[in-house]
Amino acid sequence: MIAMTQKLQLFPAGSFDTEASAPGILALSNDADPREADLAGVHTVLLNFPSFSDGRAFSQAFLLRRRLGFTGEIRAIGDVLVDQVQQMQRSGFTQAVLRADQNQDVGERQLERYPTFYQGDAIAPQPHFAAATA
Amino acid sequence: MYQYSDFDRQFVQQRAEQFRDQLERRFNGTLLEDEFKPLRLQNGWYVQRFAPMLRVAVPYGEIASNQMRVLAKIAREFDHKEDNDISNAVVALADVPSLPDRCAHFTTRSNVQYNWIPLSRAADVMDLLASVNMHGIQTSGNCIRNITTDALAGIAVDEVADPRPFAEIMRQWSTLHPEFAFLPRKFKIAITGAREDRSASAWHDVGLRLLRNVDGDLGFQVRVGGGMGRTPIIGSVIREFLPWNQILNYLEAIVRAYNRFGRRDNKYKARIKILVKAEGQSFTDQVEAEYKDILEQDGAPHTITQAELDRVSSFFVAPDLGCDRKSADAKIAHILKAAAEDDIEFSRWLTQNVKPHQNPDLRAVTLSFKRLGAAPGDANAEQLERAADLVDRFSAGEARVTHEQNLLLPWVRCDQLPELWREARRLGLAKPNIGLLSDMIACPGGDFCDLANARSLPIAQALTERYQDLDELHDLGEIDLHISGCINSCGHHHSGHIGVLGVDKDGQEWYQISLGGSDGTRLSGEPVPGKAIGPSFAAAEVTDVIEALLDTYRAQRTDKETFINTVKRVGAEPFKTAANAVRVATARPTAAA
Repeated sequence: MIAMTQKLQLFPAGSFDTEASAPGILALSNDADPREADLAGVHTVLLNFPSFSDGRAFSQAFLLRRRLGFTGEIRAIGDVLVDQVQQMQRSGFTQAVLRADQNQDVGERQLERYPTFYQGDAIAPQPHFAAATA
Repeated sequence: MYQYSDFDRQFVQQRAEQFRDQLERRFNGTLLEDEFKPLRLQNGWYVQRFAPMLRVAVPYGEIASNQMRVLAKIAREFDHKEDNDISNAVVALADVPSLPDRCAHFTTRSNVQYNWIPLSRAADVMDLLASVNMHGIQTSGNCIRNITTDALAGIAVDEVADPRPFAEIMRQWSTLHPEFAFLPRKFKIAITGAREDRSASAWHDVGLRLLRNVDGDLGFQVRVGGGMGRTPIIGSVIREFLPWNQILNYLEAIVRAYNRFGRRDNKYKARIKILVKAEGQSFTDQVEAEYKDILEQDGAPHTITQAELDRVSSFFVAPDLGCDRKSADAKIAHILKAAAEDDIEFSRWLTQNVKPHQNPDLRAVTLSFKRLGAAPGDANAEQLERAADLVDRFSAGEARVTHEQNLLLPWVRCDQLPELWREARRLGLAKPNIGLLSDMIACPGGDFCDLANARSLPIAQALTERYQDLDELHDLGEIDLHISGCINSCGHHHSGHIGVLGVDKDGQEWYQISLGGSDGTRLSGEPVPGKAIGPSFAAAEVTDVIEALLDTYRAQRTDKETFINTVKRVGAEPFKTAANAVRVATARPTAAA
């Protein structure tokens, strides 16, 4: 089984604000297909959550990390809540900038839940049944 | 049935712990209601008119007697009307004192609901459920819901393959899927393993049918984009044959396409059916391209191994009931014949409530939860416990919650049928009405539900009262009567031979009646939504209208023709005329509704 090496780092709101348009940073809109993006020289992809209940960025992160093998940072921005950080980590995000009212310690605690899951994900691609019999 | 491993058990316990933490944060104010809502929904907790509603998952309808006893305990100890402060609730038309509590309710998607458990006791209830490997995971919210099949799965005589191992493997795959927890809208999957579709699969977001191809290999026919609601649509076949071991990879492709492209601007247009309809062939192409990438680029990680299918299937082997083949057929036939001649009610029960089985020594028996004085599908604590006793004594400890909101015992020995009948009759659960008019489907309606425009339960009750005569019910034959309190269609009115839909006009309860819907069973024919027979009727007119429809059927039918076939043959006109003749309050129908 592949070790979970890409632990999600949580950041308080306002982090990175000054570097939003710095070189090497690519902001993808929610309707963009990551497979059509030019990732040359990109070290960080920003994926936005316009509302925490809009789950498109989870699929985008999966495609970037798993399908395209992108090895840079994938950063969640926007309506980022502590109760979704584990999902973000499993979908391939490495950074999450929390919404201003979110408690970072509570977020860290959520990342410790469930040592393993049934299905494979962007980080540990094998499902439990395959990993268990491997 | 499936036996939980340590991993499965630990998973459910961790889910209960996680929910307890979320509830605590909600109660101490650090988690706001808007953000808490999807979290509670994905654990089965709604907020309804007077109190929260809890929907407990019963995966593909299979339930054990010890789980039924815990459901009974929850009904008795937690489902209390008086524990809720309803002083600020919008009572609307509900007659609160008459509403049932201390009971569980079987739903059309083979789950179980409670209507009166305060949120302050939710964490304790989840712990209790977890003690018997139960939970409310993904019974609500914009995620992949409980995967359903038909109540005869694994025992049906017309079965190609048992759908339950696949349903279980899909349940595990979909549980807490990180990518698919915030889809545009809910996502429902049904699987049928039989030749006759008793799972309403064409009405689901994804409908799967197990079949064998010309080489004898097992696979799935895949339908996508069925659904009820405002826009009833029958799902389209996008794959005629998919090898069984690829189903998770293919589902991943479908749900990913939906997650990326499904509409999020209008919740009434957010189901996958709208996307499939709008995109047509290009949706199928998108799914196939994504599936190809999953296979070729991702390495198809969710290909089901033979070892995993064998492991899961091993839990679904038939129990050894020690049937003595030598004494079987002739003797049993003799006993049953004698008993049936002795009592016409037993004979009717054998005809309506007892179904054939893959094992000729066994039968599938349905306990009817459609009876006078109780809402369709309601079971109180005492009834659940007594039913659990019957399940232990007569059905190897296993039962099924059915789509029609009853309880089916899948492993009943033929020679025990008379005894089971007597015991069930003592409990009031042997009414020989399965498949008949009074075996109606109904949602909780406006009595409980915040979304409903009108009540379902008083309509169901009035019809049950009017159609008590068993001779008459049997003469009317098999009829699907489905009642929904609003266009969300939880009572499946679109697929009823007779559909009743609650609509709101000026704050009053009105009901639109439709004819000719089909869920896709052999009796009902090709799946199709029913058609409204005209402007809606006042609440007080509904029973008379149904009676007029049934009288028209009796007048029009040819020998042994079923209601639905008469409707198909003669068309809606004679029924419309009869229904309009009994209008009183709506004697001059307007064009509205």
